Formats: sequence, structure tokens, C-alpha cells
Amino acid sequence: MFLSGAGMTVEKINMTCDICGKKKATVHLTEIVDEQMSEMHLCEECARQKNTQMEQQFGLADLLAGLSDTSKPPASKEGEKNVLKCSRCGLLYEDFRKFGRLGCGECYTSFKEHLNGLLRKIHGSNKYMGKTPSKYQENQMAPLSEGTIAFLPSEDLLDLKKQLHSAVAAEDFEKAAVIRDKIKKIATP
Amino acid sequence: MRIEELLNHTGEWLRGTGPSAHIVMSSRVRLARNLEAWTFPGKSGKKDLEAILKTFEEAVNHISALKGSTLFQMTELDQVDRQMLVERHLMSHEHASNPEGKGLLVAAEEVVSIMINEEDHLRIQVMRSGLNLSEAWDIINAIDDALAHELTFAFSPSCGFLTACPTNTGTAMRGSVMMHLPALVMTKQINKVLAAISKLSFASRGFYGEGTQASGNFYQISNQVALGHSELDIIQNINGLIRQVIEQEEQARQALLLQNKPMLEDKVCRSFGLLKTARIISSQEAIEFFSMVRLGLDMGILKHVDHKALNELFIMIQPAHLQKIEGKKLNAFERDTKRAAVIRQKLGGKDV
Repeated sequence: MFLSGAGMTVEKINMTCDICGKKKATVHLTEIVDEQMSEMHLCEECARQKNTQMEQQFGLADLLAGLSDTSKPPASKEGEKNVLKCSRCGLLYEDFRKFGRLGCGECYTSFKEHLNGLLRKIHGSNKYMGKTPSKYQENQMAPLSEGTIAFLPSEDLLDLKKQLHSAVAAEDFEKAAVIRDKIKKIATP
Repeated sequence: MRIEELLNHTGEWLRGTGPSAHIVMSSRVRLARNLEAWTFPGKSGKKDLEAILKTFEEAVNHISALKGSTLFQMTELDQVDRQMLVERHLMSHEHASNPEGKGLLVAAEEVVSIMINEEDHLRIQVMRSGLNLSEAWDIINAIDDALAHELTFAFSPSCGFLTACPTNTGTAMRGSVMMHLPALVMTKQINKVLAAISKLSFASRGFYGEGTQASGNFYQISNQVALGHSELDIIQNINGLIRQVIEQEEQARQALLLQNKPMLEDKVCRSFGLLKTARIISSQEAIEFFSMVRLGLDMGILKHVDHKALNELFIMIQPAHLQKIEGKKLNAFERDTKRAAVIRQKLGGKDV
């Protein structure tokens, strides 16, 4: 599309909506899937509907990769009802799987076995390295410390992370991607 | 502050200067925080949401860094007002669409803004001009410390800050940088660059944030990972990546000059001429021409255009802003006309 002239955009002004085919398209969407680009031209109303659809899809898609294999609720024991839910807010684990949102801080403890693997999949690690609020520094017995997740990186992982850094520094993105995938593999049981 | 007063100026982060401002328009750092005492907003009823808002308001009164800021209650604003706050990058679409129990704190010069009761109780953001994530982090870190002194956040030593969405769990920090990459687009290298970015676990989005397409060659690049690294590490990683993208864009700009300088100059100058004379213009079209004018400025093809005025136009030409400027509701056609008038005025186009 090198230096395409003004003609292209003039064309856009008179476009009608790809969905309803009636109203003027004022919203222009570009989707990139596997480097394939597709364009959609929508009127405001159809765009709003499409947006709601996409949000729902995205909320799920974010998580599906992580949830599909590791986080099925445990099999029921001796006829016990298989309903895993948060002891504080009552969120069902099933609903978390559907909508991808947790209900309260306690969910992290109630669903910890499932979240452990999920967090590792999403972030490539589940070890927290960030800041600690002053109140939690003073008080060693922090409210949610009990039974939460710990994960120590292996020597291999540290080595791979170093390699990743140098690959990125050398702008070798292909190599970096390969190393990244290796890290993901190690970080996932 | 009344919401109309925002119209008299734009955010400090649009001033168009700062490190690598020729390619990086702005830097943003965002933190998500939840209060230990309540369930997350999605699981809280109206009364709880109002109590959370009240608790936050009281906490803010004790924080000197947030003196002089304004707290907007979403239910007290109409749809156009809320849309206007979204267009200024002060809050998300999601925050505007369902106003019940929600608030927005806007601090001086729009450097700091805090959404209350979006997906998490607090979403704090700091915006800076140019590539300046470290400075944004310093500011937001201090505000977060001050808030943590007044409020008890949901936090676990092993998981970090606890958020509604597990993609934020940990530092709950997102650093993002708005980049202008016209030469990478024109030389058809952009998909390669975006693919590399996504392989490295960074996300790229359009000018108006989550779920929007890239328009006018603007791309917002942000980290995806919030565990396994400290906040400063994450910021350094983004900086490292952004510097490489900057270098690629610079090379592509040089290549364009070598390849066909007159054609590039023609494209830039035509775009400028069009913006100064058009009578009807869609936002998509306007942003494409802004992109070309901006490129012309940054490459020295155009000299007498005010960078800041150009940046401000990105905000002013959006639907809610146009309607606030006009003082009434405008349909799509009326907006296109008003938009053209605002641009002509701002860029000093004489009525011909």
C-alpha cells in the first residue's frame, strides 16, 4: 500500500455497513489472525453489537488456552456434589471458567489449585517479584498468605531467560520466540 | 472542576515533546488495585459500590499528591460526557457503558486518573509525553504508596496484587506506549514487527485502546505479563523492545527518503493541504492525514506546523468532543462537517 493516494479514503466515506448493508459505515475494523488481515466496515449500531460479541469472545479466549486441560474441577468424591465455589463471595468455579473473572481476593485461595497452573500459563511464571504494600511488610501474617502458591524456577529456566534476553537484545526475534516457547514448556507441568 | 473545563485544554501528555517524541507519542503506566474489605466490583451490589467510592474519596482527601483533583460520579454524567472522558484516554469504554456505582478521579493536567469500580476497585493510570515509562512509574509508584497507606489492598505475598482477571494478577501493572509507525506500514514491514511483538508476549492495539484497530499508523504496545518480574524489570523490557521498534521505524523512514523522496513529500503536503481545506471529513480519514502530516514534521518535510496542535486534534476530532464544542447533539454527517471546521481552524487553514 505504499503511498496510496487520497482516492482510497474517499471511497471509505461512501461505504455502507458490511452487516446491515443499509447505514453508512463509520467504524472500520481490522482483524489480524495468523498474519492474515481482514477489514470490516460497520455502522455505529452494528459495530456496537459486534463489539459486545468480541468482548465476550475475548474474555473467554484469554483464558481458554490455560483452562482447557489443567483446570477442570476435581472429580467428585463418594457422590459428593461436585460444586467448587469460593468460601467468601460464593463464585462458582464453573462461572469463573465461563466468564474469566474472579469475585474476590479469597477466590485465589478457594481456587488455588486451579489458579496455580493457570497463572503460570498466562505469565510464564507464578512467582511474584513486584512491590509489597507497606501494611503487608509490617505484618508478616498477611491475610491471604496461607496456602498460596510458590514456584521456584529451575536452573534451566534461569539460563533460558538469560538466552531470551540476549536474543531480544540482538534483535533475533525468531530465536527469541523459540526460546520463549521452551520456557513455556518448562514452566508448565 | 466542571467537565466542560476539560475542553479548554488537553492533557499534558499531548505536548509532543520528550524522549523519542518523533515516534513515541505517549507512555502510560496503569496499576489495578482492589480493597481487601470488599468483593470485586463485578460481585458487588450497588450499595457496596457506593461505599467503596465513598471510602476512596475519603482516602484521597489525605493524599497531598492528589490535591486539586476532581472526582466525577459516572451516574451524574450523561452519555456524551462519559464518552468525552473515554476519548481523552482518561477511562475505558467499559467504564462509560455501565455507570452505576462508578467514578473517575482526574488530577491536575490529566497526568493521573483513577477509575473507581471498573473491573477492579481501582485502576490508576499515569500518562507522560514521549517514551517516558520510568517517569510514569515513579509517579504512579508514589501515588500507589500513598493510597496503600490509607487503604488496605487485596494482596498476597506469593501472588501479588489480587485482581478480577488473572491476566493482571501479580504486579497488576501494564505499561503501554503509543507509537507512530507510518514508515513500517508503508514499507510493509509492520506485520512482521507486530508478529515479533506478540511472540514476545507483548500486545499491540489501536489508538483508542483495547478492542480497537490501529488507525493512522498508530500502535499501542504493552506488556502482557505481570508475574515473574518486578515492575522495573517489566518497564525495562518494554523500553528495550520499544527502542528496537524505534530503530526499525527510523531505518524504514530513511529507506522511504532514498526510495522516492518527491513522492513522500507529495503525500505529506497533499495531506496537509487536504486537512486545511476539507469541508467534510471522517475521523478515519482525518487520522490518516494527521499521520502523514506528523511524519512530514518529524522528517523535516513540513516545518511550520505546531506539533502540540496536531496532537490535540487527535482528541478534539472525536464524536463526543465535537458535540461538546458545538454544544448540541450532532449526527454522523454533522460531525464530519464540524470535524473539518475544527481541523481547519486549528491548522490555520484560511477559508478559501
